[in-house]
Amino acid sequence: MSGPTSTGVPILRLGDVLITGLLNELDDKAALAFTHELTERISADRVRGVLIDISRLEIIDSFVARTLMELTMMAKLLGARVIVAGMRPPVAITLVELGIELVGVETALNAEQGMAALGWHQSQQPPEGAHRDSTR
Amino acid sequence: MTQLANTSTTSRAARTDTPDGDAAAEPGTTRVVLTTEEDLLTVRHAVRAATLAVGFGIVDQTRVVTAASELARNAYIHGGGGVLTIEYPRRHGVRGLRLTIRDEGPGITDVDAALVDGFTTGAGLGHGLGGARRLMDEFEVRTVPGGGTTVVATRWVPR
Repeated sequence: MSGPTSTGVPILRLGDVLITGLLNELDDKAALAFTHELTERISADRVRGVLIDISRLEIIDSFVARTLMELTMMAKLLGARVIVAGMRPPVAITLVELGIELVGVETALNAEQGMAALGWHQSQQPPEGAHRDSTR
Repeated sequence: MTQLANTSTTSRAARTDTPDGDAAAEPGTTRVVLTTEEDLLTVRHAVRAATLAVGFGIVDQTRVVTAASELARNAYIHGGGGVLTIEYPRRHGVRGLRLTIRDEGPGITDVDAALVDGFTTGAGLGHGLGGARRLMDEFEVRTVPGGGTTVVATRWVPR
C-alpha cells in the first residue's frame, strides 16, 4: 500500500468528468479509502461529473450499497453528479429483494450511456488528425 | 502477516445415499472462521464456490452469496467474529445449500425487531438480517441474550 488514501483503483479524468470503477474484491477499509480518495479528486480536479463503473461487482450487499449512497451524497455536496453504471442484472434483482433502494443514486445501463448522461457523446467521425487504419 | 489457513474441508465418508441417482457429488462440509475483515471475502469465495458445486443459476448464486455477506458482516460487527459452516442438504432428492453462522456475541434481545427493515445498531443499512431472510428459502435465528447468535439459512435448487 502506498498510503492511507490510495486504494490502487484508477481514477481517470476526462475533461470535467472523473471515470473510475469498483472492484469485486473491495473490502470495507478499501471502500472507505476509495470514498476519501474520490472526494479529494472531485475537489482537486474541479470536476462536475463522476462515472463509477460497477460491472465488475458480483454482489452488492448493504455495506457496498451504503458506500455508493454516501459517495453520491458527498459528491453532490461538492457540486458533482455521480452516475453508477453497469450493474449486473442478478445484482439488481438481489438488491430489490434485499430491500435496498440506493436512494439518490443515479444509474445507467453501461459506461457509454453513463457518459452520455454526463454530456459526453460518441462522435460519428474521428476527430481531425486522428490516425486512420484505412489502406489506400 | 502470518495467518493460518482458515478454511477447512472435511470430505464426506463414502456416499451411499444417492436417492435420485445423481452422480455429481457435492464436496463435504466446509467451515470458515471469521475473525478479520479480510475473512468476509473468504466467506464470499467459499459460498460462491459452494453455490457452483450445488448447481445454482446465476441469480440464485448472487442471492446466496449476498445473504452470506450480510450474515457474515453481522457476525463480524455484532458478534466479534464467528464461524460459518456450509452444508449440502438434500430433501426429497432436491439439492440445497445451508449456511450456519454462529457467533459468541451479546446475542439479539429482540429478534422480531432485528428482522424489520431499517433496524440497525451498527454500520449497515439495517437490511442485514431481514434482507438475508428474503434471499433464502428457510431462515432461523437462535439467540440467547449474552449467549451468542446462530443463524441457519437454506436455499434449495429449483427443480
